[in-house]
Amino acid sequence: MDNPLGTSPDEVQFRFRDDEVVDHAAVTVDSCCDQTNATAVRIEPGDDARLLLPFLDRLALIEVNFPAFGDGRGYSSARILREAGFTGELRAVGDVGIDQLSHMRRCGLDAFAPDNPLNEEDAARAFATWENVYQATVDGRRTIPQIRHGAEQ
Amino acid sequence: MYKYDSYDQAMVDARVEEFRDQARRRLEGSLSEDEFKPLRLMNGLYLQLHAYMLRVAIPYGTLNSEQMSVLGDIADKYDRGYGHFTTRQNLQYNWIKLEDTADILADLAKVEMHAIQTSGNCIRNISSDHFAGASHDELVDPRPYAELMRQWSSFHPEFTYLPRKFKICVIASEKDRAAMRLHDIGVQIVKNDEGEIGARFYAGGGMGRTPMIAPMIRDFVPLDQLITYAEACLRVYNRYGRRDNKYKARIKILVHELGRDEYVRQVEEEFAHMLEQGVEPPLEEIARIKPFFADPAFEDGPKQVDRSDPDFALWVDRNTHRHKHDSYVSAVISLKPVGGIPGDATGDQIRLMAKLAKQYSFDELRIMHTQNVVLPHVKIGDLHALWTQLEAADLGSPNLDTIEDMIACPGLDYCALANARSIPLAQRISERFDASGKTEKLGELKLKISGCINACGHHHAGHIGILGVDKKGLENYQLSLGGSEAEDTSLAKITGPGFTEDGVIEAVDTVTDVYLDQRTGEERFLDTYRRIGMAPFKEALYG
Repeated sequence: MDNPLGTSPDEVQFRFRDDEVVDHAAVTVDSCCDQTNATAVRIEPGDDARLLLPFLDRLALIEVNFPAFGDGRGYSSARILREAGFTGELRAVGDVGIDQLSHMRRCGLDAFAPDNPLNEEDAARAFATWENVYQATVDGRRTIPQIRHGAEQ
Repeated sequence: MYKYDSYDQAMVDARVEEFRDQARRRLEGSLSEDEFKPLRLMNGLYLQLHAYMLRVAIPYGTLNSEQMSVLGDIADKYDRGYGHFTTRQNLQYNWIKLEDTADILADLAKVEMHAIQTSGNCIRNISSDHFAGASHDELVDPRPYAELMRQWSSFHPEFTYLPRKFKICVIASEKDRAAMRLHDIGVQIVKNDEGEIGARFYAGGGMGRTPMIAPMIRDFVPLDQLITYAEACLRVYNRYGRRDNKYKARIKILVHELGRDEYVRQVEEEFAHMLEQGVEPPLEEIARIKPFFADPAFEDGPKQVDRSDPDFALWVDRNTHRHKHDSYVSAVISLKPVGGIPGDATGDQIRLMAKLAKQYSFDELRIMHTQNVVLPHVKIGDLHALWTQLEAADLGSPNLDTIEDMIACPGLDYCALANARSIPLAQRISERFDASGKTEKLGELKLKISGCINACGHHHAGHIGILGVDKKGLENYQLSLGGSEAEDTSLAKITGPGFTEDGVIEAVDTVTDVYLDQRTGEERFLDTYRRIGMAPFKEALYG
């Protein structure tokens, strides 16, 4: 493959979607804004996710790269894309560990392609860490305050 | 005070289990130390010079006697019999074993306590006015709003890997007893011209190596938008705060580099967007929280004490604070005995304070950021009995806000970051000023000591500040004057070249002499400094 960017379907370890896995390389945010036919793009931590908003309809996959797990900008990027109505696949790639999974999921990431494959059992436990949650995000869960007051989401 | 419901309890229990699992994976080797470090830090576990240190969260500094008592028990069972109260209104244990930590967290969870987010690059324990709900001068009790923010900030999925730590303070009085403007975000609950309660926001304050006073970023945020606005402030920071240099990663640098106006513009833009997202908890939530902080059943009683015992009268004058009910005061238990370690208490002392809180203060205690303990609601008629028991336990030092009531960080005696020792200096200064009888003459004088540039001892905000540095392998101390963490926030200025340990003690003595010589009327040290400036002090020190 001449384009080194983008993970392949067999690198995706966890996926919470029923549609077909996107099977082609991603481009950078800059290229995505310049060319009209890309359907998959990769966001780096320093990229402004909002630059992609005009193109969300044609994108099937947005990869959010976490080169180092301690750099949390990707959480904001993911949530911003979901807030803008993106319904395609949001794939976390890079330095993704067990202990980031539940928060990533809450920020709208729904596929995970970690650099180092994770223990399946540990991951299943991690995804289920929080029976309930305090904050309203883009995962559609009713929050603890909403449950307390019988409010609709 | 606030009581967990089943949801709050489940969150803390889930975290204990999560940490148990992380510790297991670390011990099995599937987590490297590099990977484990940020996880243990988010549970308040640091590796220090000699041992692990565990920092327990005391949300907005409020706790009940059962919780306090458990803190004393943990000190005896897992530490060397001490707890150390911190400038974040928290408690640290300095001698903890890694293999005990999950059990300690489980003990804490039984009394609705935890060590969540007491460190790491996340939103830390929220601090507040230690006299909240008791003081005569507050608009409302700030703690319901702090509790709302505690829940919102706990395990926040977007803001767990921020550029750097993030400290929020909530107060509701014009009098600032919590160093509000030296926080990443400071919130003051205020009333607007229409008589509505809302929140005034400050952002970008902090100490550390680049101290900054937070500018106001919004005059009034309506209560039904409080969380949404905070979320906007954090998102702008998470996206654009610097990550290339940890010393420039706090929000103060972002606000400074963008400029306050540009930061505000970005926050307002994000805020307008977030308002569409429905992230605000229902307003009923604050109504649910408020009754937990309702006044206890105050009763009328004596309004004055019998002053025939001068030692008792001095303690009453120094260590009590005016209450909103005229038959009560808030009583401060000094953890600054002469020659002692600021903020340290033994397991027995901690349990005694718990017992006294139950007996005399409606079961409630507060931790001050100045490392003392408050019994917020004490009947004036009970003060003598209380003082007698405190005296017997070496907890009756009448030195609140005096030069003996120092803030000092753990320094090189414990801390892996420190360049110099803070504790022995604090001990020697209090001994010297107590012996010379000068403490009383000096009145209010806030001395703050940090053992390194990270400024955990708040030296920038001291009327007199001392900063320990490493000078060619020797401990050296810089002196600074004129800081304040109160509503008249200011940053202290360095006097000039630093001193040895003996030299800086002399220097503190010298600058207090200049004050005593130059003061007029009721001026405090800080007032005199502000009036006459640095020159006379410099002259006396180096002239």
